[in-house]
Amino acid sequence: MRQLALALALGLVLSGCADDPAAGSDEVVVLGAASMAEVLEDLADLYEQEHPGARVVLSTGGSSGLARQVVNGLPADLLVLASPGSLQPVLDAGEQREEPVVVARNRIEIAVREGNPKRLSGLADLARPELAVALCASQVPCGAAADRALQQAGVTASPDTLEQDVRAVLTKVRLGEVDAGVVYATDVRAADDEVDGLPVEPPVTTDYPAVRLRGGSAPDAAQDLLDLLRSERGQALLVEAGFEVP
Amino acid sequence: MTRRPPAVLLLPALLALAFLLLPLLALLLRAPWTELPDLLSTPVVGQALRLSLVTAGLATVLCVLLGVPLAWLLARANLPGRGLLRALVTVPLVLPPVVGGVALLLLLGRDGVLGRPLEALTGLTIPFTPAAVVLANAFVALPFLVLAVEGALRGADRRYEDVAATLGAGRWHVFRTVTVPLVAPGIAAGAVLSFARALGEFGATITFAGSFPGRTQTMPIAVYLALETDPDAAIALSLVLLLVSVAVLAVLRDRWTGVRV
Repeated sequence: MRQLALALALGLVLSGCADDPAAGSDEVVVLGAASMAEVLEDLADLYEQEHPGARVVLSTGGSSGLARQVVNGLPADLLVLASPGSLQPVLDAGEQREEPVVVARNRIEIAVREGNPKRLSGLADLARPELAVALCASQVPCGAAADRALQQAGVTASPDTLEQDVRAVLTKVRLGEVDAGVVYATDVRAADDEVDGLPVEPPVTTDYPAVRLRGGSAPDAAQDLLDLLRSERGQALLVEAGFEVP
Repeated sequence: MTRRPPAVLLLPALLALAFLLLPLLALLLRAPWTELPDLLSTPVVGQALRLSLVTAGLATVLCVLLGVPLAWLLARANLPGRGLLRALVTVPLVLPPVVGGVALLLLLGRDGVLGRPLEALTGLTIPFTPAAVVLANAFVALPFLVLAVEGALRGADRRYEDVAATLGAGRWHVFRTVTVPLVAPGIAAGAVLSFARALGEFGATITFAGSFPGRTQTMPIAVYLALETDPDAAIALSLVLLLVSVAVLAVLRDRWTGVRV
């Protein structure tokens, strides 16, 4: 009998702790790029206030990782990623309910410590050998964007580290371990008491596509959320966080 | 001694075995065998593998040089608060490695407690160098060595050391000629564990040392980055890391230690 109970308990654990009885069709699962975490949290709060009983389950992380989870079968209703490229595997796998829409744009900037003590003025300074510089690795969207910007500006940067995500670059700037890092405007905004952002010329932006997923069980709620994000109030949240709206 | 084990033990034991081995089997099954030579002949792989082996090796040397004396202190010396000391030594064992990396940054980073005076005095900075990888590796691996050696010291027969001392040998002489040979298998086992832990180190390394091909990008970091864009390459890299780990364990077990690690 005890073995049976154990086996049942194990079965419950394996079948996923999220399956609590209260979870009905009122739950909508949103996966979002890490750089949009705060906006999506605010959006979720707004949505839950206006739809009593509804619950938004939000998971944020690196775009490629989220896309990989969707392709591997993670059930979710709405997906918002930080670049069209990272969404491609999801589209290739046919997980979308319809064509993705661009909900925001993010500009890349050079993050330096508050007050710009090393007197950087633009991308060309990233080639100065005496400066410690952090970029994202080319494999992740922020790195691809940085590479594009450097290429357009004809600058060969001398990075000291190629980080696995944009927040790691920001952290290294905040801790003073590097003098400059290429991040998104939204990251600079999120840490504006510790870092300053310098514009990149010519400007480089990345599109944030959003798409409803077939694996989700709340397509209507997902559409409502998407509409809310694209409404005036949603766009105000985006702008406040440093995004540009299309 | 050929009694059949009871099912209540056998079943979970087999489950545990399957749980440990099936993911590795999946790795082998999914490996892109035909593209493997192409995937593995890129310079990034060679660089990362060489860097991983060298830094993990140096970290192991550092662990042995510092860890054996510390283990001796914990096992043999009459220290007040020895229990507390031992608990502190094991902290990196349970600490999430990323936290270890942040702690190393706060101590040895450019703005760190020791890092700032170091840069002011010598112009040297540690983060983003292979030395930082070695330090991050050693930080997470040292407790393994200390615990293994301390265990061996406690299990060793102290009478040999006592006899040597009675015969007039100094403490250093006793340590060198009696204690170390006595616990050599324990040191070897600890070194293997440390090396294996250092080889797989990710969190503390990427936090403290960053990631740059050929300089600080070790195999686990290369695997992580490859997974972002090219899962096949990530599988290939994982396979190499798996083979290297197994080979290290097998070689060391047979040739050097005589202990089962």
